[in-house]
Amino acid sequence: MNDDEDLSAPVTMEMRLSVNGIGYPITVDTRETLLDTLRERLDLTGAKKGCDHGQCGACTVLVDGRRVTSCLTLTVALDDREITTVEGLADGSVPHPLQTAFVRHDALQCGYCTPGQLCSAVGMLAEARAGWPSIVTADGGSVDARLDEAEIRERMSGNLCRCGAYVNIVAAIAEVAR
Amino acid sequence: MTTVAARAVGTEADRVEGLEKVTGRARYAFEHPIEDMVYAAPVPSVVARGEVIAVDVAEALTFPGVIDVLWHGNAPKLERVGNAELHVLQSPRVAYRGQYIAVVIAKTLEEAREAALRVGVEYAVERHDVGLRADHPRLYRPERVNPDLPADVQQGDPDTALAAAPVTVDAVYRTPAEHNNPMEPHATVARWDAEGLTLYDSTQGATSLRDAVAPLFGIEPSSVRVIAPHVGGGFGAKGEPHPPVVLAALAARRTGRPVKLAVTRQQMFSVTGYRTPTIQRVRLGAHPDGHLTAIVHDAVEQSSTIHEFAEQTTTPTRIMYAAPNRRTTHRLVRLDVPTPSWMRAPGEAPGMFALESAMDELAAACGLDPIELRIRNEPEVDPETGLPFSSRNLVACLRDGARRFGWADRDPAPGVRRRGRLLIGTGVAASTYPVYRSACQATARAEPGGIFTVRIAAADIGTGARTVLTQIAADVLRVPLGRVRVAIGDSALPRASLAGGSSGTASWGTAVTRACEALRDELDRRGGTPSTGVTVSVDTTEENGEPSRFARHAFGAQFAEVGVDRDTGEARVRRLLGVFAVGRVLNPKTARSQFIGGMTMGLSMALLEESVLDREFGDYLNHDLAQYHVAACADVPAVEAYWVEESDPHLNPMGSKGIGEIGIVGTAAAVANAVHHATGIRVRDLPIRLDKLLT
Amino acid sequence: MRPFVYRRPGDARTALAELAAEPGAMYLGGGTNLVDLMRLGVLAPRTLVDVTRACSDAIEVRPDGGLWIGAGVRNADLAAHPAVRRRYPMLAQALLSGASGQIRNMATVAGNLLQRTRCAYFQDPSKPCNKARPGTGCPARAGDHRNLAILGYSDFCVATHPSDMAVALTALGAVVHVEGAAGPYTVRMPGLHRLPGDEPERDTVLEPGDLIIAVEIPALPYAACSRYRKVRDRASFAFTVVSVAAAVDKSGGTIRDCRIALGGVAPVPWRAERAEAELRGAPIAEASFRRAADAELTAARPLTENGFKVALVRNVVVRALLDLVGVS
Ligand SMILES: Cc1cc2nc3c(=O)[nH]c(=O)nc-3n(C[C@H](O)[C@H](O)[C@H](O)COP(=O)(O)OP(=O)(O)OC[C@H]3O[C@@H](n4cnc5c(N)ncnc54)[C@H](O)[C@@H]3O)c2cc1C
Ligand code: SF4
Ligand code: FES
Ligand code: FES
Repeated sequence: MNDDEDLSAPVTMEMRLSVNGIGYPITVDTRETLLDTLRERLDLTGAKKGCDHGQCGACTVLVDGRRVTSCLTLTVALDDREITTVEGLADGSVPHPLQTAFVRHDALQCGYCTPGQLCSAVGMLAEARAGWPSIVTADGGSVDARLDEAEIRERMSGNLCRCGAYVNIVAAIAEVAR
Repeated sequence: MTTVAARAVGTEADRVEGLEKVTGRARYAFEHPIEDMVYAAPVPSVVARGEVIAVDVAEALTFPGVIDVLWHGNAPKLERVGNAELHVLQSPRVAYRGQYIAVVIAKTLEEAREAALRVGVEYAVERHDVGLRADHPRLYRPERVNPDLPADVQQGDPDTALAAAPVTVDAVYRTPAEHNNPMEPHATVARWDAEGLTLYDSTQGATSLRDAVAPLFGIEPSSVRVIAPHVGGGFGAKGEPHPPVVLAALAARRTGRPVKLAVTRQQMFSVTGYRTPTIQRVRLGAHPDGHLTAIVHDAVEQSSTIHEFAEQTTTPTRIMYAAPNRRTTHRLVRLDVPTPSWMRAPGEAPGMFALESAMDELAAACGLDPIELRIRNEPEVDPETGLPFSSRNLVACLRDGARRFGWADRDPAPGVRRRGRLLIGTGVAASTYPVYRSACQATARAEPGGIFTVRIAAADIGTGARTVLTQIAADVLRVPLGRVRVAIGDSALPRASLAGGSSGTASWGTAVTRACEALRDELDRRGGTPSTGVTVSVDTTEENGEPSRFARHAFGAQFAEVGVDRDTGEARVRRLLGVFAVGRVLNPKTARSQFIGGMTMGLSMALLEESVLDREFGDYLNHDLAQYHVAACADVPAVEAYWVEESDPHLNPMGSKGIGEIGIVGTAAAVANAVHHATGIRVRDLPIRLDKLLT
Repeated sequence: MRPFVYRRPGDARTALAELAAEPGAMYLGGGTNLVDLMRLGVLAPRTLVDVTRACSDAIEVRPDGGLWIGAGVRNADLAAHPAVRRRYPMLAQALLSGASGQIRNMATVAGNLLQRTRCAYFQDPSKPCNKARPGTGCPARAGDHRNLAILGYSDFCVATHPSDMAVALTALGAVVHVEGAAGPYTVRMPGLHRLPGDEPERDTVLEPGDLIIAVEIPALPYAACSRYRKVRDRASFAFTVVSVAAAVDKSGGTIRDCRIALGGVAPVPWRAERAEAELRGAPIAEASFRRAADAELTAARPLTENGFKVALVRNVVVRALLDLVGVS
């Protein structure tokens, strides 16, 4: 299987990855996902790996302000993008309002889904402000960015929480949305 | 008995590690930075039964980055211990599909994973048997059931009583295999050095993991250190040790380098335990006024061929209701399946689904309100042992819940309430969970600056343990919360029991209380804190060893409202409310989270969760979170949790009962009973998916 | 994952040429399906040609009300577009009932159309599957197929197509614009996807290397009165069990014209032509809707465990039509 031996050699590329405003010059294996690059290469372990297949949302980060699952995002494709992780949500030492609301509402238990919930909530609130509908938005109706609980629940359904903190997560987000 | 002067305890203190968790600074097992580490990717068996004849390591070794490939032919030898699941890579035998049979160690995650996919394995395949049946010829009675209870218990003559009963219910209930699926997959970083083995592991018990791993490698527990400051959920799956942690230690030993190993979500369906499927027959005999004369509850469950795990499915039935004639049994069959283990309220959750569904059926048969039926059968003393209950407030929970939920004007007729295209129904079920407590050690130290440090190898898997222990310590020391640090999650700390059986706070809290009391006494004796600080140590073995003269259990009641779409059969919960009697609630904020979390998991169990067995290949087929559905945010509307005042002096210095599991216990039955009320359809096999409700 | 070369050409012709030049190359859109399958070991391309630059991410509204949608448009952007929401509500609803907010931000229109089945065996390289590993067999037939097909399947494969968006596009008769080796061509849906027959590994009529560059929705004024109803086990973030996309053109008391497509029932997004034919000219009444659903379902051949889908489809089709015509 000579042929295969050649093919098993990693392909690497040089690039610059911008995370939370800091540019990291790195050499990446083309196979690396953003999630693994963050966690294993840059020691930014805030984004979590819950499934590695887009099915749980624990790895959610913002790419140019949009929430995505970093486990299905190839790092090589991000050379010209700005990435925000949970480590970058605070304004200096002042936590993001969602971060404080999560603690106050006890919107976390084990905390493993939490960074993904937070990044997802930040992206989600921006989507609502931009007028994006969800499946529970009334047909053709306009979107009230203050979002009722049904809207928040639907829009946050890409982030599983096995500890079952959903009702507190929704309360924390609702408080910030208003 | 000492009681704690209430100051911090009982208040809604925020989680002490909350900020660390919301900022991403809290480090979980796989996230501890270690120099020179390498990655391990396990190779799972693709047959369910047979023998590994050959593993082609040569090819994988030529892959770039690959350092080694281990299998039973070249793995370091382990000592034998009681649980054969932990004899990883020690024999050619394959006991279930997905069992780890080799491991690739490589420099990067990508290289390890790719090489693992391409390790060639040759098997001698044997026919497998993975089908659980109530009439399986190899059913047997286990010696004991988890944690250490008799398999069968009988009182009176239930068969005769059933035959004579004017009203009977005789029904078979089934619960599927379910997987714990904590959000953080099991992960380990293992490192050997001159001092021994260090494991950063996602575990519910640093001490117990240390004690389990050390003998495998023939070393003293003191040569193993387990570090687990934060754990991304467990729900029992990180209680008993499982093969991955052993494999990581083995790989690190062999390569001489620190090894990181994370179980994939898919692999978690084979190697990290799950809730056994059950087939349960419940028979109730009663007078027309609802008074029970006989209760018989028989459960059939499975375990693997290499390790017996016998779930205590029918044990809650032993204490729930008064009836002179009663029998509860467990039968097990060893199949070529992965080994089941603990999953949140093992026994109570599936067992009470069956019993509490049957009680609902009996209420209908007697024309009685289901709450009234339960009240009529409330026992004076523990029906099995005759011991008095240390406290039992099930009736108060039912009554308080009924009031809050708006049960009073409920029309019992099924299938008659409509709202648009929805059929609406409400249901209730009771819950119970035993009070457990284990011996622990703890130290408390006063620093000259007025700071106190309490040390105990407890675990916070999301329960709020770190916070509650801080509150307990602050009160005993009579200082504000901010002056107390509680160090947990490390086996180098004083030994502690694991986070399981809802016993954590009771066990650790007792030790923390005693340590802080001793420290207070010491400080009184010395007239203050010496400049070098002062430390005291305690051990609760003796205190814990005193047998109780009481039956000690927590109780609760869940109420559910569901809507079922008449066109599609889609059932969704609209409202969930629970009231619990759990002794003293130490932190209402984190306690409420435990209750709503448990109820949310119960909702998920009721409507969604099922691990689907692939009969042809022998594994669980839907092994990821897109196919194995756990409740998403949209599934979970209003969930409310309340508790009744309960002062119970026979528990522990805090006066608390465990709260981590009772939330799930009655929820599935409450939902199923609500679905029956909505539709008239009695679903006796979980989950209640739409095809079961389509008419 | 097998190592691969990554390229990101700036235009369609270069993308086509790069794909043709490298054996085992595949296009990459948002990656939400391809990266997933690569990590599972189901697919192992040697080169990925990222087409998110080469394909347009613009949406144009034509004067007649039709839409021209670049193949690189993300699902979330398409669903939020005012013209889509107003003129083709079924399309917005189909998109919004699919996956999660995160995935919709990543997924492209072309990738969504070409996503592979969610059949459990397909996703597990350690098991046989005619679609993923041709000639190895179809264990779903005797195994787990609760959520697989009742229509259009073959002895070789009983899988369903998982896309919600594609069901709406099928109902709308969308035209897929393709750049092929021999030049551009178009395919009108439902013609893009093919039934498995004895070649279940081929999901579509596209030739290897063909690049989808756009999807055009021909004007259909009455589609403003349309609806997508998805039935699923979990309340959100779950693939369909059964779904229906329907649009009706009412005239007085009768149905002048209609479009109906079904999801979760067949290896392709299923245009319910028999139901449509039955409905055209029929009086607006529940009985007509029932007859239409039954007409479509006469061809259904449920498997052992998915017979419930027949009743489910009937109920959902009838309900969607009743909702559209405003009869409750
Ligand atoms: C957890 C999860 C849940 C999901 N739930 C749903 C759901 O409920 N409903 C639903 O409909 N979908 C669902 N999806 C699927 C999702 O919609 C698809 O993965 C997505 O639409 C694919 O788009 P993409 O751009 O990411 O495609 P990619 O993954 O990039 O590509 C998919 C395929 O299209 C090919 N391709 C891409 N672009 C082109 C092009 N321009 N020309 C030719 N070929 C091209 C690729 O080579 C590949 O074969 C879910 C996905 C995940 C991970
Ligand atoms: S149904 Fe199709 S995709 Fe599923 S196993 Fe059979 S051939 Fe493979
Ligand atoms: S880890 Fe990315 S979605 Fe689960
Ligand atoms: S807090 Fe544990 S999974 Fe959400």
